Amino acid sequence: MLEIEIDGKKLTVPQGSTVIEAAHSIGTYIPHFCYHKKLSIAANCRMCLVEVEKAPKPLPACATPVTDGMKVHTNSDMARNAQKGVMEFLLINHPLDCPICDQGGECQLQDLAVGYGNSASRYQEEKRVVVGKDMGPLISAAEMTRCIHCTRCVRFTEEIGGFQEIGMANRGEFSEILPFLGKTVNSEISGNVIDLCPVGALTSKPFRYSARPWELSRRKSVSPHDGLGSNLIVQVRTGQVMRVLPLENEAINECWLSDRDRFSYEGLNSEERLRVPMIKHGGVWHETDWQTALEYVVKGLNGVSADHGKDAIGVLASPYSTLEELYLVQKLARAFGVNNIDHRLRRSDFRGDEAQQGVQWLGSTILELVSAKSVLLVGSTQRKEQPLLAARLRQAVKKGTELNVLHYAADELLTRVNAGIVLPPQAWVAALGGVLKAVLGLKEGSTTTLDVSAIDVSEDAARIAASLVNAESAAIVLGNVAQHHPDFSQLLMLAQEIGRLTGARFGLTTEAGNSVGAELAGALPKRGPLGTTVTAGLNAREMLASPRKAYVLLNTEVEFDSYDSQQAVAAMKAAETVIALSAYKGQGLLDYADVLLPIAPFTETAGTFVSMEGRVQSFNGVVRPLGEARPAWKVLRVLGNMLGLSGFAYDSVEEIRGECLKAGTDVSANLSNTLSSMPVDFSVAATAGLIRAGEVPMYHADAICRRSPPLQLTAEAAAPRAYVHGSVLQQLGLEEGAAVVAVQGDSQVTLPVAVDNRLAAGVVRLACAHPTTVALGGLFDRIELKRGA
Amino acid sequence: MLTAESLALIDREVAKYPADQARSAVMSALRIALEERRQTGTVPEERCLTTEVIEFVANYLGIPPVAAYEVATFYNMYDMKPVGKYKITVCTNLPCALRGGVDTANYISRKLGIGLGETTPDGKFTLLEGECMGACGDAPVLLLNNHSMCSFMTPEAIDKKLAELE
Repeated sequence: MLEIEIDGKKLTVPQGSTVIEAAHSIGTYIPHFCYHKKLSIAANCRMCLVEVEKAPKPLPACATPVTDGMKVHTNSDMARNAQKGVMEFLLINHPLDCPICDQGGECQLQDLAVGYGNSASRYQEEKRVVVGKDMGPLISAAEMTRCIHCTRCVRFTEEIGGFQEIGMANRGEFSEILPFLGKTVNSEISGNVIDLCPVGALTSKPFRYSARPWELSRRKSVSPHDGLGSNLIVQVRTGQVMRVLPLENEAINECWLSDRDRFSYEGLNSEERLRVPMIKHGGVWHETDWQTALEYVVKGLNGVSADHGKDAIGVLASPYSTLEELYLVQKLARAFGVNNIDHRLRRSDFRGDEAQQGVQWLGSTILELVSAKSVLLVGSTQRKEQPLLAARLRQAVKKGTELNVLHYAADELLTRVNAGIVLPPQAWVAALGGVLKAVLGLKEGSTTTLDVSAIDVSEDAARIAASLVNAESAAIVLGNVAQHHPDFSQLLMLAQEIGRLTGARFGLTTEAGNSVGAELAGALPKRGPLGTTVTAGLNAREMLASPRKAYVLLNTEVEFDSYDSQQAVAAMKAAETVIALSAYKGQGLLDYADVLLPIAPFTETAGTFVSMEGRVQSFNGVVRPLGEARPAWKVLRVLGNMLGLSGFAYDSVEEIRGECLKAGTDVSANLSNTLSSMPVDFSVAATAGLIRAGEVPMYHADAICRRSPPLQLTAEAAAPRAYVHGSVLQQLGLEEGAAVVAVQGDSQVTLPVAVDNRLAAGVVRLACAHPTTVALGGLFDRIELKRGA
Repeated sequence: MLTAESLALIDREVAKYPADQARSAVMSALRIALEERRQTGTVPEERCLTTEVIEFVANYLGIPPVAAYEVATFYNMYDMKPVGKYKITVCTNLPCALRGGVDTANYISRKLGIGLGETTPDGKFTLLEGECMGACGDAPVLLLNNHSMCSFMTPEAIDKKLAELE
């Protein structure tokens, strides 16, 4: 520890601290632009000059390490003069047009110019002009003249984003910040440069010129878009969400947000929002009032249950719904006598349901995961599933974590991968078995009940095993792809065995903001709230495979959210009645639903999300529901009462939360990935043809981001192509870009084929959740490619 | 995009640094790429670095294209604009100027019929103004095609030099 005195205040700081860190730790503010606690030190803005005793000239606080006995003056004549001089230089080329600048009111340069600058400019000469740049649909770089060259954006893309997409070209007075010519900024976390930019050079394209910061009120919320549960500041004006910013939470999202979290809000007031209840009569939709719509629903449910029995009704909910909504929908269903409830629409393997001991989760906190010395990612498109977790793992790798991957593609993770196994999905169980066998070899005297004798251990499997065994802490994480995989339970069983032998934690990076909450709430066919025993019902797959007569859909568009969209849509169309509680009237719902009840998205209702690390985060609605839309918990409460069920007299969302989580009990006691012993079949099914690797495109994952125009303009949201390995393309006799007909089951779609040589052979990477691929079948089922017309 | 010889030269530069630090070789790689283009290019547009060449070099080294672009645009000896077959850079800094550097520049300018920063219509010569080349004792000096330093460039010496280049 070192002693330092700042403006007469004595403190001790750890070795290696800088003066600015020491000052900020005691609340002494030192003005700065280029310094950022999460980025490397550049010391190029010179705003943080301070006087250090015995130093002949002012020193930059951000780049000056504390030495023992150092005496710093941040407000002495020397320091103030230096800061004033720097400010004058910074303003020489900066346009003094704050009234027409989008950053006005929240601009660091503006604030510091008031605090540290002169009241008038002495500079009379011409100012330089820099032409605007194109950084894509999210970031506006139209006014690069405003740039003060702090290089925060450059350092962010390089250090946090993992790939330098922005650079500073030219020299001296001609320096300019730009993306590589002809390229845009495509990082999945690019929006953070808007927050980082201390001036109005990089601004939010969707938000620009729509509001001034002082008109906005700041409300806290939680992101539903991925399992991380990123904390949000939602800024609203006159009942409308104007933009979303990060709320700093070191344990979750640090000070960042993924672009999906940041720009999805643009979909909240989409044209497709459902504003009034609607009923379909004779194939034509009619707007109606709540009473009529709810009576119609009650009549429909009672009718189907009288004609076909309660088992003919299925309830499909979305893990993007709140804990309270999911609790109420399962309570309503079960009280009505319906046991077919599930929220895991994209899963295909439910064999683990009986063996499951608790609510599946990450298996550790996010901080524990990123501090593990060895991580094995199984079936994860990490950068698209949990962009910020991928960024944190990238930082962990820099600090020595070994990242190992089992996937069907050697995707660019923008970080160093220790060992990677790239195999088609059907070979994953055997591959993970290989890791298990290698672990057994490394750990003397260890045994397993699984029969791994017939498995060949590949070199990479041995390296992964060695990495897991030798690390002082390790983690095995099953990503979304693994969770949708037809052998998910087997993969989880193997992760458990490897975890048991190596001491590695194992778990899932859950898909949606409330996947863990959905399981806690009991939106499952075989487990009630907090794991209570219930009469078993059908799971999502069974409900769609053997169609029900009536479906209740909570916040889901089954054609986009299901494992097999072909089957799901067929089941919906065959049903007598489909009751949809939805915030949007998507084309799919309009086609197959019979009644649409407008519910509020997360910004318009109070609720709770339980993140993948089991963190319970409650939030309030930030704006009033749009039109006639109502929070789903209120709709379900009224529906409960109208169906004559008891126990639906809730006054507030807190009451429901209290009842669901048994107020006061520790949620973590319910979290467990442990499976009771299950047999594992290591044989690799021989497949002559191609297997689809159907992944969820980042900006089509949920109903809100699907409707966000700026996100839909990104390169990432481009229409799906059928990606195959070059050798596959050759076998098919096709050329890149050619139209190809993809056939699954009895439907086909025509789309362009593209080469991706990082894919395993025998795999067709073809996104789901997109209008063009809705006609296709299972995400990991066989697929045929034929030359298109 | 580059010839096997150039790539071999780049490989040689890369080998001078640790395996994971190919980035360190970016200046040499750009120099080699530019030299190849200067020698093989037939028109001014083909003798300079283009974004395609920079991107190729960056990808070859495994660094982000914009990182190579930063370097290429920072140093003025990497030609980013079309350049003649002979690029003449005349020093006009103080020591050279005191010994007639500016006159040298003006003489060449008159003789070639082009101003500073311009290229002759036949694409043969480009005349540029340069900063101190560290050979003030030989003033006035000029640099030919980045590599060859010409000293004591009196009008006679210039005539002789230009005649050689015809």
